[in-house]
Amino acid sequence: MKITADEVLHVAELARLKIDETDLERFAVQLGSILEYVASLERVDTSGVAPTAHAVLTRNAFRPDEEHRSIDRDRALENAPDSENGFFVVPKIIE
Amino acid sequence: MSEKAPYELTIHEAQALLAAKEISAAELTESVLCRIENIEPMVDAYITICRETARKEAAAADKAIAEGKAGPLTGIPLAIKDLICTKGHRTTCASKMLADFTPPYDAMVMEKLHSHGAVMVGKANMDEFAMGSSTENSAFKTTRNPWALERIPGGSSGGSAAAVAADMCLGSLGSDTGGSIRQPASHCGVVGLKPTYGRVSRYGLVAFASSLDQIGPITKDVTDAAILLTAISGYDRRDSTSIDKPVADLSRDLDAGVKNMTIGIPREYMEQDGVDPEVQQAVVNAVEVMKEAGATCVDISLPHTDHAVAAYYLVAPAEASSNLARYDGVKYGFRDGSAAGNLKEMYINTRSAGFGAEVRRRILLGTYALSSGYYDAYYKKASQIRTLIRQDFEAAFTTCDIILSPVAPTAAFAIGEKADDPLQMYLSDIFTLSANMAGIPGISVPCGVTTGGLPVGLQLMGNYFEEAQLLKAAYTYEQASGMHLKKPSIHRNGSL
Repeated sequence: MKITADEVLHVAELARLKIDETDLERFAVQLGSILEYVASLERVDTSGVAPTAHAVLTRNAFRPDEEHRSIDRDRALENAPDSENGFFVVPKIIE
Repeated sequence: MSEKAPYELTIHEAQALLAAKEISAAELTESVLCRIENIEPMVDAYITICRETARKEAAAADKAIAEGKAGPLTGIPLAIKDLICTKGHRTTCASKMLADFTPPYDAMVMEKLHSHGAVMVGKANMDEFAMGSSTENSAFKTTRNPWALERIPGGSSGGSAAAVAADMCLGSLGSDTGGSIRQPASHCGVVGLKPTYGRVSRYGLVAFASSLDQIGPITKDVTDAAILLTAISGYDRRDSTSIDKPVADLSRDLDAGVKNMTIGIPREYMEQDGVDPEVQQAVVNAVEVMKEAGATCVDISLPHTDHAVAAYYLVAPAEASSNLARYDGVKYGFRDGSAAGNLKEMYINTRSAGFGAEVRRRILLGTYALSSGYYDAYYKKASQIRTLIRQDFEAAFTTCDIILSPVAPTAAFAIGEKADDPLQMYLSDIFTLSANMAGIPGISVPCGVTTGGLPVGLQLMGNYFEEAQLLKAAYTYEQASGMHLKKPSIHRNGSL
């Protein structure tokens, strides 16, 4: 299965990635050959087969609704690229 | 018999010497740090070496030993794969994205190792975000195979395996999403175990594919794997997929033998194309060893084997694309905000500059498989195949206790050999990734050395939560074959 340069760019946009000219051709070829390979799954009859999302866990994991101490604000902000007055700083969102 | 240097010891040997006060934890750690000084420039197994904290931890271990409070890991120098969060030590995932990230907390496995008094000598190199089979995808360095420095050590836990093989630690922790513990262990001639999914808490493990990831030990022999796995296993309420089952001491009764065991040999694995004849022969020889030890060996079938790689390379990238959405340059990690006029541009610039090529490739593949119009054909289809793979194993385990196979189709390949062909790299995971899809445990133990001088691994897989039986089978093979005693001869001057 082939994947076009436009499709790669569309998926990249969804994934918030930018693909430059030199990578675009290479990625399209590589992704195309991977998709061609995985297309073999079409031949497997899976009608009536339930999908597996987790191999071992079969139930939801409930826990008591109790308060626990989490890391405090200063520590949570320690690794932030930019912070001010106890907040994360990001570029302008509203024009 | 020549005396071993302290860094050459196994965990259980070192433990005995520490208990007998024939060596101190400080001497043991110093010996390993000195070995790292000599060998690391050739192997490049570590991203960070933690000399000062290791010395402090060793001093604390000596105090615990003096007070009679020592456990099996007290004072034992270990390497930790650099995607396991270590409080106060940067945890990079071998990515530019997390190059300066210092976690404010410890992973559950680190809490456990600290409580046992273990010593962390360093953070081991890996493929970026654990995506790869060669450790060539690290943003920092390519680790070299201690058996042949121009070859890859395997991946993604290549640094963890190479550090053990080159005696730059006594044991290590890796993580395994599709073979990332077992394959590098095989390529480096050491033991690597992927536990049952849910046996070891993933709290503090940087996520790649959450339904497949599992932390496990890489060690010099099976006894050490049992000791290390016992120490890190157990329920943790902070990981909702952690399973609340009692933890047995897995190092007990390892010598119980295999006389009551039935070992299944999957014909789809043995008849697979592209398997090196020397690898094939080493596995056939291992079957004979197990028969001589008293095991019953039977032919079994895992009919969906041929579809496992394709299903895995949809499920794992789909989960990765979702997990890696968190790297947005806001809360932690790298930010490229220089040219960003708005938030979305900042996200795009950050992610495009922060992730390497393989990570971006897998995010694209996963996003594609999950995107509108393709979800049913790709992600859902792959998840259905996953059910069939799981059912294959469930059926097999009604007729056998252990499944025996190769770990990888070939011994370690040359650095650069498969770097431009991701699909070829993916296909080399054929024997290991089914265990992740099904959630069962698997172990790699050394089973031979090729005429070219490269180690070959034997894979044994067990039923859910049957790590004890798996380790008994592996121990029986190891002791009967003596293959774990073969070591690379790597010395300071770089000669092999």
